[in-house]
Order: sequence, then C-alpha cells, then structure tokens
Amino acid sequence: MKFAGLIVMPAGFFLSIAALVLFPAAAPRTAFILCALAVEVVGLIVAVRGHMENRESDPGDSR
Amino acid sequence: MTPVNPAPALNDSAIVLDLLLLILAPLAIAGVALVNVGLGRSRSAAQALLGNMVIIATAFIGFSLIGATIAGNIGGTGHIFHLAGKPWNWLGEGPLFLKGLANAPIQSQLELLFEFLAVAMAAIIPWGTGADRLRLSAGCAIAAVLSAIVFPILAHWVWAGGWLAQLGVNFGTGAGFLDPAGAATIHLLGGLSALAVVWVAGSRRGKFPKEGFATAMPGHNAVYILFGCLVALVGWLGFNLAGASLWLHAPLTSLPVTALNTLLTAAGALAATYAVTRFRFGKPDASLCANGWLTGLVASSASAAIVSPIPALLVGIAAGIITPLLVEVLELAVAVDDPSGAITVHAAGALLGLIAAGLFAPQPSQFLAQLVGIATILGLFLPLVYLLFLAINRFIPFRVDTDGERIGMDLHELGGGAYPEFVIHRDDSYR
Repeated sequence: MKFAGLIVMPAGFFLSIAALVLFPAAAPRTAFILCALAVEVVGLIVAVRGHMENRESDPGDSR
Repeated sequence: MTPVNPAPALNDSAIVLDLLLLILAPLAIAGVALVNVGLGRSRSAAQALLGNMVIIATAFIGFSLIGATIAGNIGGTGHIFHLAGKPWNWLGEGPLFLKGLANAPIQSQLELLFEFLAVAMAAIIPWGTGADRLRLSAGCAIAAVLSAIVFPILAHWVWAGGWLAQLGVNFGTGAGFLDPAGAATIHLLGGLSALAVVWVAGSRRGKFPKEGFATAMPGHNAVYILFGCLVALVGWLGFNLAGASLWLHAPLTSLPVTALNTLLTAAGALAATYAVTRFRFGKPDASLCANGWLTGLVASSASAAIVSPIPALLVGIAAGIITPLLVEVLELAVAVDDPSGAITVHAAGALLGLIAAGLFAPQPSQFLAQLVGIATILGLFLPLVYLLFLAINRFIPFRVDTDGERIGMDLHELGGGAYPEFVIHRDDSYR
C-alpha cells in the first residue's frame, strides 16, 4: 500500500509539468497545478495509511 | 551543455559581508545538532552527537567528490533538453573534484561554500528523527546519498540556473521558484528524508504498544534543546542574509529587513506555540516551544528575504500554531515516531514558508512558481529518497538490533555512555 501511494506521487509532479506546458493562461494553469498537488497529497495519505497498517500488524517496530 | 545565465556580480563589500555571514551559518547546524541530542535519550546522547559530526563530515566529502559537479553553479554550464519549445536545464556540470576552485570567481566560491553548509544541514535532519535506533553507519550512508546525488540535483534546479529557477523566464511565473535560504533544498528535502527514515527504520521499541496510547519518551536534556535554539538563531541569520545576497542578489540596504523578518518569524512562532501549549496542557511545554521556534526559523528561510515585517510575524504565528498540533497528530494519529520533531519542524515549516513567500511576494504570479516547486519536491523527491533508503537498508541495515536498543546506542556503538557518572533509569517499556 505504501508503494501504491509513492507511485501516485510522481504522477502529481508530471501533472504540474503538464500544466506549465499546456496552459499559458493563469487561471487554468493554477487550477491544474492545485489538482496536481491534490493528487500528491492523496498519494501521501495512501503511503501513510500503509505505514499505519504495518504498525498494527507489528506494534512497536513498524516499518 | 549550455552556459547558464550569469549572475549579477557582487561588489567588494557584499563579498566580505557574505563571507562573514557564511562563517556564522554553521551555528545553525550546531544548534539543530544540540536540539537533536537533547530530544533523544540519555543513553544515546554521545552516539547522537558523534553521529551529527560524522554525518556532516560525510556530507562535505560526498558533496566535494560528486555533488558539486552535479550542482554546478550559476555562471557554469548545464545539461539542457527542449520540451514544448522551452529549455529545461536539468543537470549542472561543475568541475570534477572541485578542480580549479581557487581560480574561480569569488562569487562562485561563496555559492559553493553556501551549498557545502546547506548539504550538511540537510543531512543531519533525518538523523534526529532516527534517534535511539539508527546506526552510525546508516547515518553515514544516508548522508552520502543525500550529499552526492539528491541534494545536488535539487540545488542545481533551485539555485544554479536550473529549470525551477528559470520558471519565470520560460513560463512567466513570477521570478521563478524562490528559495533564498534553503527552505526547499535543505529543510523540505531533509524533512521528507526524515519521514522516509521513519518508514524504513520503524519506531522505537515500546513506543506504540498494542493497546492504549503511544508511550511518552521525552527528551533527556531541556537545556541542550533550548540552548540549541538560541545558537541556531545566530546561524539562521547567517543563512538567511547570505542566501538573500547570493541567490536573490538582494542589495545590502535590504538585508537589515531580512534579519528583522527572521527574528519576527521566530518570535511569532515561539509566542504562538507557548500560547497553544499553555492553553492545551495548562503549562507551556519546553520541547514543543523549542520546536515552534525552529519551525519559525525554517519558515523564515523561505520568506524572510521576500515578505515585509507584518506578514513575517503572521508566518511565524501560523508556524507556531501548527507545530504542537502536527507533532501530536503525527505521533498519536499517524504512528510516526519522530523524536526530534523534524518532519513537523523542517518539512511543514518549509512548506508554510514557501507558500507564504508566494502569497506575499510583490509579483502576482509568484505563488504559482512556489506551488510548482513544492509539487516537484513532494512528488519526485520523497519517492526517490524512500526508494534509495530502502536500497541502502538492504546492505547497511538502518536499525540497531533489539539488544542494542535496550542497552542504548552509546554502549552498543561506542562502548561507553555520555554520562558515565550518572545512573541511567530503567525503561518501563521493556518489562
């Protein structure tokens, strides 16, 4: 689960690059970059959840 | 390879001042090292401080042998590819092994000195998070990877004319990604590396019992922690002022305001954390106040040279409010064992400062450049660092064995304690 989240995060980075290249106007570019950041945050949350699941199965020594 | 746009030349007085400021900057590293030691346990204190020193040494060597070549400098050359009709400078090309440094322009030498100090600071941040369980050899391996590969790439992108620095020229987003004193390159990278260390090494044994709340494992020396904060303030002034001069090319006349903003941000953060902990616990919490102070300083790394005094104070207050709350959330809700609070202090503080720099900057589109920089570091560097740490952990295990953790890192790794004349308390969590 942690890896799933970490795979999603670079997708957010590439979305932010796509926003720079595809949208010259400020409003759509800002909206697209905010969406890219939202994707990264979702990936981070999934990765953190993966860390918590490991802890529940192995308390005191979560990895 | 294409020459990168040269930086405006510094005058003689700016050169002397920058050199003096960079001589002060190691105090920030010393302060953070003291805080790291104080927030750990007494039975690991000597190993923690020695670890900080060997990590700094490893970072210097790694950066000089490989990192400086990748980081390049503003007036040097860089590897560029073209996409959508725009140049993307993605990798620097400095001289190998610092060849010809003595004959390089003084400005390039000062920039390199700044990067040397910055990489040392970035490398010790995850060490504090891995306190009481991370082996010395693992700390050195982390420092080697960060200083030779990860930090130099980011430093080139942000400081040495890389694509993030050129966002303003190529895409009309403000003045490009602004990070005058290393909020992104040092603190956000260091804070995310700290999170990766927790994910790889796990929590301290007994920290999260099967039932009930997390076990409180308070730091062993509040004096180290609080004195470290005061020492760090001096170093931070050095970093923030030298960074403003070197990377933003700020005139000498603007530097006193940058110094004032640094002080205001730290003061606002401490006052806010003091108030929040006083309200929540009935008494102010010394270690959380120290963390709040440092979070304010980290936020000032991004914003002090860009914003005016009142916004600087507001940034500090925001930093001081989020610090105790986030420390609690990370420990109690997310099961992240971070003894030094590095993830909150360095990662969250840096994010706050970078966003504030975008919001309060004079250029209207600066906010967008800051968001792209944050998206880059969060989306690209956290997964990269985690995968690199996982790979290192296969060959150099991060975590000490159970017995080592029980007797303490000092006895296990050094053969002697930091306080041999004192009786070390038995830890209830091992009963």
